[in-house]
Amino acid sequence: MPVIEAKNLSKVFGKNPKQALKLMDKGLSKEAILKEAGNTVGVNRASFSVEAGEIFVIMGLSGSGKSTLVRLINRLIEPTEGSIFIDGEDLARMDKKSLRKTRREKLSMVFQKFALFPHRSILENAEFGLEIQNIPKEERKEKAKKALEMVGLGGYIQQKPGQLSGGMQQRVGLARALANDPEVLLMDEAFSALDPLIRKEMQDELIDLQSSMQKTIIFITHDLDEALRLGDRIALMKDGSIVQIGTPEEILVNPANDYVEKFVEDVDRSKVLTAQHIMKRPETVNIDKHGPRVALERMREEGLSSMYVVDSKRNLKGYITADDASAARKAEISNLDEILKNDIPRVDKETSMNDIFNIIHDSPIPVAVVEDGKLLGIIVRGAVIAALAGDGEVNMENA
Amino acid sequence: MLNKMLDFIPEIPIAEGTEWFTDLLKEKFSILFDPIKEHLGNFMEFMSEEVLMAIPPIIFIIVIALLAFFISGKKLGLAAFSIVGLWLIYNQGYWDHLMNTVTLVIIASVLSVIIGVPIGILMSKSRIAEAIITPILDFMQTMPAFVYLIPAVAFFGIGMVPGVFASLIFATPPTVRFTNLGIQQVSKELVEASDAFGSTGTQKLFKVELPMAKATIMAGINQTVMLSLSMVVIASMIGAPGLGREVLSSLQRSNVGTGFVAGVGIVILAIIIDRFTQTMNKKKD
Repeated sequence: MPVIEAKNLSKVFGKNPKQALKLMDKGLSKEAILKEAGNTVGVNRASFSVEAGEIFVIMGLSGSGKSTLVRLINRLIEPTEGSIFIDGEDLARMDKKSLRKTRREKLSMVFQKFALFPHRSILENAEFGLEIQNIPKEERKEKAKKALEMVGLGGYIQQKPGQLSGGMQQRVGLARALANDPEVLLMDEAFSALDPLIRKEMQDELIDLQSSMQKTIIFITHDLDEALRLGDRIALMKDGSIVQIGTPEEILVNPANDYVEKFVEDVDRSKVLTAQHIMKRPETVNIDKHGPRVALERMREEGLSSMYVVDSKRNLKGYITADDASAARKAEISNLDEILKNDIPRVDKETSMNDIFNIIHDSPIPVAVVEDGKLLGIIVRGAVIAALAGDGEVNMENA
Repeated sequence: MLNKMLDFIPEIPIAEGTEWFTDLLKEKFSILFDPIKEHLGNFMEFMSEEVLMAIPPIIFIIVIALLAFFISGKKLGLAAFSIVGLWLIYNQGYWDHLMNTVTLVIIASVLSVIIGVPIGILMSKSRIAEAIITPILDFMQTMPAFVYLIPAVAFFGIGMVPGVFASLIFATPPTVRFTNLGIQQVSKELVEASDAFGSTGTQKLFKVELPMAKATIMAGINQTVMLSLSMVVIASMIGAPGLGREVLSSLQRSNVGTGFVAGVGIVILAIIIDRFTQTMNKKKD
């Protein structure tokens, strides 16, 4: 059974929503309904189900209704029509008391602008969800501390949120949501207010956390890269409707319609990504120390047929092939200089994927990423293909 | 011709109506008004004569100065001003009057806050309440303060209690308004966060909204205290004792000197009270 299941979930803002619902049935667009009835359609008949332990990403541009949709899931916004089932119970028809109970025990939310309470310390913020359940002080302190440690904030518990950076504040937001051990985590553009580097870091950390927690996560974002990185499945929204639900591959390979295709195209990975994103650490031999024997041994160890050669300061000297090294060993040559080849396919770290494509196509050996004569990394064909497919194995630490 | 049209409707007896209504209230609610008059009157008399006036002035001044020193973060300014100002009032022979005024201001302000904050909360929670109460507040604040003295006398006779009553009507609105404003200004995301974790209305109010609105509410209370002080002076016209009575009697005798001295006393008290409430607010932020 799915943990969360939405059926025809709709929200119409403004007076007389019934009339707008009728127009929605007729298939009128959001704009046409606004003109005709004066109502704004927030969410139009959204249906989806989320399985336990899944990261379900809801993606769309601003105004697409994704923030409204996430608020319908915990009923911060009253749905106009439709149902939202949590463990089989319809949240939309619950009375206030059971709604409160469900919010306390099953659902937690992380907010875009953190929404931390500035008058409370970090620990008190993390305790909030437990405090309103009237859990005894010692117990809730314990649990809140554990949640803070989980997000790497063990040492800041007495400070006020205002004293922390954005990334740290959102960790507190995450700890607050995790402290009461909910089944479902609703994350409303949780990382959008953070700068790109911190955002990547938080994404990685969420993936790490998720591998140990196995929560059901509904993650809202406007960022395709973020969706591809995090999502087990992605729902794409436009004008309040869900236009496609699928795994990242399905969305990229089989866009359901022009809109999805455009969305995917807009974030053309071959233009966005550069050499530094896909390079990996090079295996090298040191010309100052090693001879053909060591080189052969290293190549055998790594399963390579060629290897780049650097000096002790990591200046790129050239490359050698296994055949040459083997011949050199037989001829009892002890120096790599003699067999060094210089026709290196090289790029710098800002080179775009499109250009790398042309170079790597003609090259029998991995492309070298070079800066100031020093070897930064190498790019193998597999990495280029993987990055274009968008399967999340892009190496962002170098960015 | 046109004037005839204006005269077509005879004068509506608003004044008579009001009088009738006041009389009715007085008659029907004397069960309510009389005990208030008696108990509150006794309590205030006790507070000013048996408590405040019983404290030796020198000790009173020292305590205030020490409080000022610590509240303002160990700065000397307010403490020094309190010592000099209070001593000056003592020196001019107005100490007992000062104590009467202080009693009136404290009681009137405390009652205003007790009544005003809950009304403000109600307004912030209900649009209907807000729509009804806002014009009443406007009315209360724009009506010349002297007018309140008349029903005050009708209900409570003369003395301290009608003074408190008039001052309540005049001074409560800022607390109500600022409480309402403060709660409505709490950021939407914080309210959502509180709801999303399953707070009850009361939990949301006490754990999130009131703490977040505290600075704004305190600003309103500061206004209320200052308005009470100004009303307490006017209330001397209906027999409320204190510095205001000295101002009034020097006005009646056109005695510039005494009027000025009593006026300065009020100014000193006003400055001390104002700085106290303001610094307390700032410090807690």
